[in-house]
Amino acid sequence: MIELKNLTKVFRAGGKEVAAVDSVDLQVPEGSIYGVIGSSGAGKSTLIRCVNLLERPTSGEVKVDGQDLTQLSEAELRQARHNIGMIFQHFNLLSSRTVYENIALPLELAGANRKAIDEAVTPLLELTGLKDKRDNYPSQLSGGQKQRVAIARALASKPKVLLCDEATSALDPKTTRSILALLKDINRELKITVLIITHEMDVVKTICDRVAIMSYGKLIEENDVESFFLNPQTELAREFVRDAINEKPVSELEDSFQPEPFAGSRPVIRITFVGQKVAQPLITQAARKFEVDFNILQADIEAVHGNTMGFLMVEVAGKDDQIEETLNYLKEHVQVEVAGYVS
Amino acid sequence: MSADSWLLLGKALWETIYMTMVSGGLSFLFGIPLGVLLYVTRPGRIKENAALNSVLGAIVNAARSVPFIILLVAIIPLTRLLVGTSIGTTAAIVPLTLAAIPFVARIAEGAINEVPGGLVEAAQAMGATPVQIVSRVLLPEARAGLINGMTITLVTLVSYSAMAGAIGGGGLGDLGIRYGYQRFDGVIMLATVVVLIVLVQLIQSVGDRLQNHYDRSR
Repeated sequence: MIELKNLTKVFRAGGKEVAAVDSVDLQVPEGSIYGVIGSSGAGKSTLIRCVNLLERPTSGEVKVDGQDLTQLSEAELRQARHNIGMIFQHFNLLSSRTVYENIALPLELAGANRKAIDEAVTPLLELTGLKDKRDNYPSQLSGGQKQRVAIARALASKPKVLLCDEATSALDPKTTRSILALLKDINRELKITVLIITHEMDVVKTICDRVAIMSYGKLIEENDVESFFLNPQTELAREFVRDAINEKPVSELEDSFQPEPFAGSRPVIRITFVGQKVAQPLITQAARKFEVDFNILQADIEAVHGNTMGFLMVEVAGKDDQIEETLNYLKEHVQVEVAGYVS
Repeated sequence: MSADSWLLLGKALWETIYMTMVSGGLSFLFGIPLGVLLYVTRPGRIKENAALNSVLGAIVNAARSVPFIILLVAIIPLTRLLVGTSIGTTAAIVPLTLAAIPFVARIAEGAINEVPGGLVEAAQAMGATPVQIVSRVLLPEARAGLINGMTITLVTLVSYSAMAGAIGGGGLGDLGIRYGYQRFDGVIMLATVVVLIVLVQLIQSVGDRLQNHYDRSR
């Protein structure tokens, strides 16, 4: 539904050229929720702003619903933008308009009559749970309610695509969850493709189908969300996953931690698995079979893309060859990685 | 105060109100669009045009740097062309309006500047045309600031109109100078000052009330 080809955006600042977005290729499948994650300054916001040409790319193609937006005239682009809703971190609601009038704005701009506007806005008030706030002004609303208005406004022109630029970054965790649930509903019920830019792994974990990670203007890794959590490829991706599962570095838990084996050391392994029932019997079996001891240092269960995923950090004690066999046995069933060594 | 004095005061008050309101209205009519133009043509804005922006900016600055008393007499030929005479209350409206237009333009530009840039982006993302962005987003969102600016302009015009006596424009300032100062009539002087204070208070409180009514940001 959204297809970016070799997209580059260069900014000139003080005689220097900086590529905020650097040769990015990205495909967002129709009907999916796609997350782009990265640290601040990675170029994510510039990337999403290129999708509706708020930012004109220096080179590359931006295809939305089969149409290359970079080739359109101003008037054609305005028309194409009715097909692309967008919500922002700071909501960007008009303070001089009521909730109803804010939602009606895109329709007014498109020249819809009063009746058509009413027929479109009323169900959106219902969908976003704002029926009793209809005639309130934005200054009378909470952050979560403001974002709901912004979502309703973005949906008013019945777009096929919804762009979310750090849409939950200004909200508290509880409100974030309710906004994410709303986005998921919209995606499912209205069949709208959603592209989300965020620095919060919780957002990716909760609603995204696929995720791409961005660093210094480049997309460095792309995968479906389960695989991304199970088997992150780049160091940055591993960092984001560790943050998401609140994993502490082993060195903080064990003073003797070393990244390489040393005399009398025991390995610490990170086990990642899908499905809650997998790990425990496996560890008990391995302990019995190979006569090794497991010491659980950290454990976390997370709901990722609707699946339960477990993350374990365990120390394995036993004879060297037994440990070796244990690891091989575990690797047949779950994702295993040696995190380091302790004594 | 004699009945004659009351009559003089009433006439002068009317002349001041007439000059202030007509030149105020005309300056909003021309000044606000000029302010919008200054805003939208700035580099990075919706109708970026650096050349036009600097030319307009220079003209506005030049007009604002001419002392009003000089402007009053300097544009007499233009005044005669527009209203047929260079003396009298109506003639004073021309220089008052001309002085107020660049003032209003800068105030309007400033008020529009206060509108968060994110709103313009949101409107662009919805497919708004530049005209729609100005009429549906910028002006309504700047409304409270514009009303505040208009109030300041009217109060400034009241005091500027005091100089209109130099070209026979009449008004309260002129009355104060001629009767109060030149004829040593302390009562008339005091009366004109009191009436001016009341007039300015009135303009300010109406302006404040309108501004509060339209300000939805609180």
